[in-house]
Amino acid sequence: MAAAAVTAGKAGQLSRFNIASLALGLAFLYLPIVILVIYSFNASRLVTVWGGWSLKWYRELFNDAAMIEAAWMSFRVAATSATIATMLGTLAAVALSRGDGFKGRTLFSGMLYAPLVMPEVITGLSLLLLFVALNAERGFWTVSIAHTTLTMCFVAVVVQSRLASIDRSLEEAAMDLGCDPPRAFLAVTLPLIVPAIVAGWMLAFTLSLDDLVIASFTTGPGSTTLPIRIYSEVRLGVKPEINAICTLVIALIAVLIIVASLAAKVSSAKGESAAPL
Amino acid sequence: MSARAIFTRPARLAAIVPYLWMVLFFLVPFGFVMKISLSQTAIAQPPYTPAFDLTAGLAAIGDALAALSLDNFRLLISDDLYLLSYLRSLFVAVVSTGILLLIGYPIAYGMARLPRRWQGIAMMLVIVPFWTSFLIRIYAWINILQHDGLLNRVLLALHLVSQPVVWLSTESAMYLGIIYSYLPFMILPLYATLAKMDRALEEAAADLGASPFKVFWLVTFPLSLPGVAAGVLLCFIPIVGEFVIPDLLAGSNALMIGQTLWLEFFTNKDWPVASAAAVFLLVLLLIPLLVYDRLQRRQFEEVK
Repeated sequence: MAAAAVTAGKAGQLSRFNIASLALGLAFLYLPIVILVIYSFNASRLVTVWGGWSLKWYRELFNDAAMIEAAWMSFRVAATSATIATMLGTLAAVALSRGDGFKGRTLFSGMLYAPLVMPEVITGLSLLLLFVALNAERGFWTVSIAHTTLTMCFVAVVVQSRLASIDRSLEEAAMDLGCDPPRAFLAVTLPLIVPAIVAGWMLAFTLSLDDLVIASFTTGPGSTTLPIRIYSEVRLGVKPEINAICTLVIALIAVLIIVASLAAKVSSAKGESAAPL
Repeated sequence: MSARAIFTRPARLAAIVPYLWMVLFFLVPFGFVMKISLSQTAIAQPPYTPAFDLTAGLAAIGDALAALSLDNFRLLISDDLYLLSYLRSLFVAVVSTGILLLIGYPIAYGMARLPRRWQGIAMMLVIVPFWTSFLIRIYAWINILQHDGLLNRVLLALHLVSQPVVWLSTESAMYLGIIYSYLPFMILPLYATLAKMDRALEEAAADLGASPFKVFWLVTFPLSLPGVAAGVLLCFIPIVGEFVIPDLLAGSNALMIGQTLWLEFFTNKDWPVASAAAVFLLVLLLIPLLVYDRLQRRQFEEVK
């Protein structure tokens, strides 16, 4: 039905159809989240009955030791895996965009793109079987490694698209002026891709914080992550306390996104804009 | 040697660590999946006593069959449970990807038509929910769809229904959840192609007398096909293996393959059958995965 959009004719003009589809689309995306957040401040125990504003469920949340512990575990896993993934993903992006054709490049890029769409049940199961075969104790590190494997691919894509937009003659000029390649990279390329690296880290962090399936496969007894905990609670039904923890996670992610978009702004002030994805 | 060539070698060296990492933690694990999928049920069992419960009745029968035939793959083909969940996964993925395209296209088109400075903001607004937890977004819908949830209360207040409607644990709830979760994945690649498109082509077609529908169908849509392909693959492949959404929003009467695999693994502790299901799923997705890989690589080659 997008055909109707063309009726407006001239370039840059918005038809009513354009505006309506945009507004409806965004409302669809945001309304459920807004409702969730509002109900986390509901004083009533019944999730659907509005009993006035209250911070009751947040207080309750902070007394829930198991939930706090799961949140702390998730936070540590996310920070650890995002940091390793950012380093590995950046290296991979540099190799892919500056290494030209090298042996095994096709396999390399295939391995980096596949996890982006691979169903999580497959990734989770295969990593678990590896950890069992290696006789690794399952817990913090196995989940962190699994998340690193997934998220470094996202980092590689984000950084690679930034690298592709940088003029290679800048690096070449630096080397013509006497820099060796590592120096040219550190002095010229790295400062230009920092915003993409920051955005990549944020993305890796939130993806790790969000993951239920892979963590369920690769974790061991006693190391419950926040999504696993939320999932087992949700299966039992809606609770205002869950609304509260979800609101806190949304708030944390919102802060991260603002930081990431500020970083992107700095980068666009420097030159071309970096698309976060 | 040119400066570019000098830079190439250290850049290649940068591949070593991530390369080894991906081989060890992505490629090698598939070898283990293959191996376990071919082994007998009993071999992987020792640390786990099989725990059958009534809810897994059908799968338990499948388990007994596996022990008899000693062939997990034959089991997958012979047992209706698996075949049905494969077919159901494909069906659900096809239907929801189709709906996603129908909903996502007008939104992406609207975004591409916005004035430049608004486009960045609109893109941000679409990306933000993508960053917000999957699980939380599904939970948000459970809030709305439950028996005395907001939707039923609004419908009752408007006298559109006389009794609360059952929304949770239905097909429609599952499709709603899938479409809600994957919409950004469809919009973003579509928007990327539509924003790059030369508007003059549409204008030329319109000036030459094409009707708006013809302009769209003969000019806009064909030019946006790369974006359509990317969006469709980006949604289709993960939806086939989706676990969380059908598990929380659809009932447990008809399972998708992701759920079956999960059930085999966590409830029945049958690792070989779960592995065989994973291999089967992977084979099923091999062609779309290869096409997707191709698209991705071509995209980066073009940018360069």
